[in-house]
Amino acid sequence: MKDPCAHCEEMMQPYLDHVLTDEEMAQAEAHLDQCEPCRRRYRFEESLRIYVRKAANEPMPAELRQKLASLRIPLE
Amino acid sequence: MAPAGTVDRMEAEPEAHRLAAEARDRVRFEEDALALSDQVYRVARHLANSREDADELMQETYARAFRSWRSFQPGTNMRAWLLRILTNLNIDRGRRQQRAPQMQPLEANDYFLYDRLAENGDGVSDEDRVVERLSQDDIVTALSAVPHDFRDVLVLVDLGDFSYADAAQILDIPVGTVMSRLHRGRRILKRELAESALEEAT
Repeated sequence: MKDPCAHCEEMMQPYLDHVLTDEEMAQAEAHLDQCEPCRRRYRFEESLRIYVRKAANEPMPAELRQKLASLRIPLE
Repeated sequence: MAPAGTVDRMEAEPEAHRLAAEARDRVRFEEDALALSDQVYRVARHLANSREDADELMQETYARAFRSWRSFQPGTNMRAWLLRILTNLNIDRGRRQQRAPQMQPLEANDYFLYDRLAENGDGVSDEDRVVERLSQDDIVTALSAVPHDFRDVLVLVDLGDFSYADAAQILDIPVGTVMSRLHRGRRILKRELAESALEEAT
């Protein structure tokens, strides 16, 4: 019998990407319901993804916006 | 003179209509593409190695897109189309400056960053607070340290919200490769973050 926490870890990335089947999802959730350390780690992974997105989001410089607009092909 | 002029005008009119319609389509295309530029830049910024590279890459991409607008099929995903141009240019221009491949093995355990951040803390174990120990610079630096093959997928899916299938199409690789590179890319990112967290702690 496989260590349930190891199995839960394998399911983590696909779980957070929403690509598990309903059955796999139910399995992962059943384990998460009763395992505090796994639940924490899923939560951490999720906050990390959100945090990375936020930290990596640099607004486009205004000059670049103007340069892109100036690349349009003029109407004849 | 008059009859000949009339004939010319009759022939010219359908052509003029066609040109006017094409001009309208082109202007519409340009407006749509420009409206997506913020979203394209969000991804481009981290596909490129620096802000300067991202700036050039965006300009090259839009210049090419505006020239070859006829090859865009209306109704398909324009953001993916623009990013396909952009990733190809990024590869062609040899901007990749690939770091030497990482030889040390990636930790088997997908949780090691959490464990490291949690153990360096002062007993704070709230997951949302633990990530805040990482600075924005830590994250930008760690992203740029992920080798391109992995970073391209990671950035498209995790920052650009593209599906596995879209990322596969943009990069012209199989979906299975997207999944394995994504998984590995996320691990490399976490290892880089764990290293910077460790440096800060010491």
